[in-house]
Amino acid sequence: MDLLRFFTAGNVDDGKSTLIGRLLYDSESISTDIIETLTRQSKTTGDNTTIDLALLTDGLRAEREQGITIDVAYKYFSTDKRKFIIADTPGHAQYTRNMFTGASTAQLAIVLVDARNGITDQTKRHSIISATLGIPKVLLCINKMDLVAYSEDRFNEIVSEYQAFAELIGLKQVDFIPTSALAGDNVVYRSEKLSWYKGLPLLEYLETVEMDDGNLKEKSRFQVQIVIRPQTEALHDYRGYAGSVLSGHFQVGDEVTILPSGAQTRISKIESNLKEVETAVKNQPVVLHLEDNLDISRGNTIVPRNELPQTEKSLHATICWMDSFAFNSGQKFLLQQNSFRTKAMIKEIHSKIDIHSFQDLGSDGSLHLNELAKVSIKTADGVSFDLFKQLPKTGAFILINENTNQTVAAGVI
Amino acid sequence: MKDYLDELEAEAIYILREVAGQFDRPALLFSGGKDSICLVHLALKAFRPGKFPFPLVHVDTGHNFQEALDFRDTLAKELGEQLIVRNVGDTITKNKLQDGKGKFPSRNALQTHTLLEVIEEFEFDACIGGARRDEEKARAKERVFSVRDEFGQWDPKLQRPELWSIYNGKIDKGENVRVFPISNWTELDVWNYIKRENIQLPKIYFTHERECVVTEHGQLMANNEFLNLDGTDQIVTKKVRYRTVGDMTCTAAVESEAYTVDDIIAEISDAKISERGATRMDDRVSEAAMEDRKKGGYF
Repeated sequence: MDLLRFFTAGNVDDGKSTLIGRLLYDSESISTDIIETLTRQSKTTGDNTTIDLALLTDGLRAEREQGITIDVAYKYFSTDKRKFIIADTPGHAQYTRNMFTGASTAQLAIVLVDARNGITDQTKRHSIISATLGIPKVLLCINKMDLVAYSEDRFNEIVSEYQAFAELIGLKQVDFIPTSALAGDNVVYRSEKLSWYKGLPLLEYLETVEMDDGNLKEKSRFQVQIVIRPQTEALHDYRGYAGSVLSGHFQVGDEVTILPSGAQTRISKIESNLKEVETAVKNQPVVLHLEDNLDISRGNTIVPRNELPQTEKSLHATICWMDSFAFNSGQKFLLQQNSFRTKAMIKEIHSKIDIHSFQDLGSDGSLHLNELAKVSIKTADGVSFDLFKQLPKTGAFILINENTNQTVAAGVI
Repeated sequence: MKDYLDELEAEAIYILREVAGQFDRPALLFSGGKDSICLVHLALKAFRPGKFPFPLVHVDTGHNFQEALDFRDTLAKELGEQLIVRNVGDTITKNKLQDGKGKFPSRNALQTHTLLEVIEEFEFDACIGGARRDEEKARAKERVFSVRDEFGQWDPKLQRPELWSIYNGKIDKGENVRVFPISNWTELDVWNYIKRENIQLPKIYFTHERECVVTEHGQLMANNEFLNLDGTDQIVTKKVRYRTVGDMTCTAAVESEAYTVDDIIAEISDAKISERGATRMDDRVSEAAMEDRKKGGYF
């Protein structure tokens, strides 16, 4: 059985939490004691006797008090066909950075719109974030169809408006589903009220949507997390480089280059799962052994000799500023790309991107919470990277404020 | 990687290695329960043939099941890894704290004192734990790397964004990070993994006959010396097992016919009640019981 990670985004009150609640409730993934608790809570906070499904994901006291989602909630369920990890992310603009957290590990975005309101600024913002983060697929869920009399015309209107926008921002694979999460139409069960809709209901879509994992032509990348050196008598010369295959695959005998030093050697042995193996594939945690004794440490990148990435001390990147404190030019950063860290500076803010219209806003040199900008970054050591669009694992990084230790920006090269 | 267990395992090993790479003095919190036993198994895959880059640490409340304690000691010895045990009873005596009261005197809140003391004693900068997001709604909100201040406090409104598989463990002296490598696993995933990897567990996870006290909510509590019974209690002998191994004073048993891991997988696949709902008394205190405990430094 495989695993699909998706996140939900959308306006506040578009019904994200209700949709997830409905998905879990109708697929019988909620335990009876949780339903009891929900029923009890619904009576105290709600105005009717039905269960408030949104309460399922709003796990914090402040969220229940305010009826909003502040931080990502992770939910898990599975059917006979697939296992799912859902990140229910906040819709409020104020909590966009938390939305990034849920979105960055997802393979699919479900963007919700209220059928009455259609595409809003928030829809656009969430779509632009999905495009920036390189989410492979977006599903536009046109919800609250019960409130527009299940109108096919209204659905089509929103579809064509969104298609034009998706093209503008570079989203390639977009699908559309009409639903009513509150009434349960087309979430787990097909609805007669939407008989004009010939596609799959949401759950079936999620069970069958094809995910492209592991492109064989993808360049091979490995990064060292730790060096294993037992130094016992029996294992005196053992020196293994532990880490995960970030992309592509590696084989015993491969000629490799170590970055940033540029030293060259050959893979002499691969261990995985405490056994020797011939080949290691994408995402697999392994220990690599090399023919020559070289100076290799945490954060070094190992690549095939004929598939070098770029190694630069000067990067052009798109970043999302996530700190409550605005950027100021005196700040010092650490740039972290997987296990690699180096000191960094933002040299120039070239332009900001309007996250509602995707327009270039020019630059006034400032950066505030949740703003998206194109910047130049200078680093102390060379960063070995690929363009994010080609290899997300080596094209993404975070910036850490050296003074406060906070993660202040997410970046893609 | 097509199999979800491979994917979850890979994620957990990656996280464990990040802890080893980013921190000077990490620890793995090990109770002898199934989730922390899985962590130890994952650590073997992450670090062997080397030694673990951290000791195993147990905060023993003094209300634990002997079977779990024996298992804990045997496993640590077999692996040749360091085990540090600190007792809540000692903290109570030393700091003149008030022990739990009532029929089922819980040391759940007191555990936090000992945990914070052991963190300070050894200057641990990271504590790896086996908590899972599916356990509870406040846990569902927690990051994989969860930063705690000098008082061990969690502030759910100020969590660091966590992007891709890039984990920021940078902290100031005195702070620590709680790390949860199996955040994304469910109870069923843990059991499927135990089956696949043939991981050994304490016997109390499998059905056995036990004398139990029936609580007012109908839960079955092991009859033991730590309870303050008053003679009116209904005591029954049932075939039970434990879904989760916590204190004898706050963890209920479930009636079960599961003798093997396969039986258990079949049983929880059909179970209508969640793991904590079936077994924990401490979550019933209020809607935000877990959130409040975590804000106070609880794991």
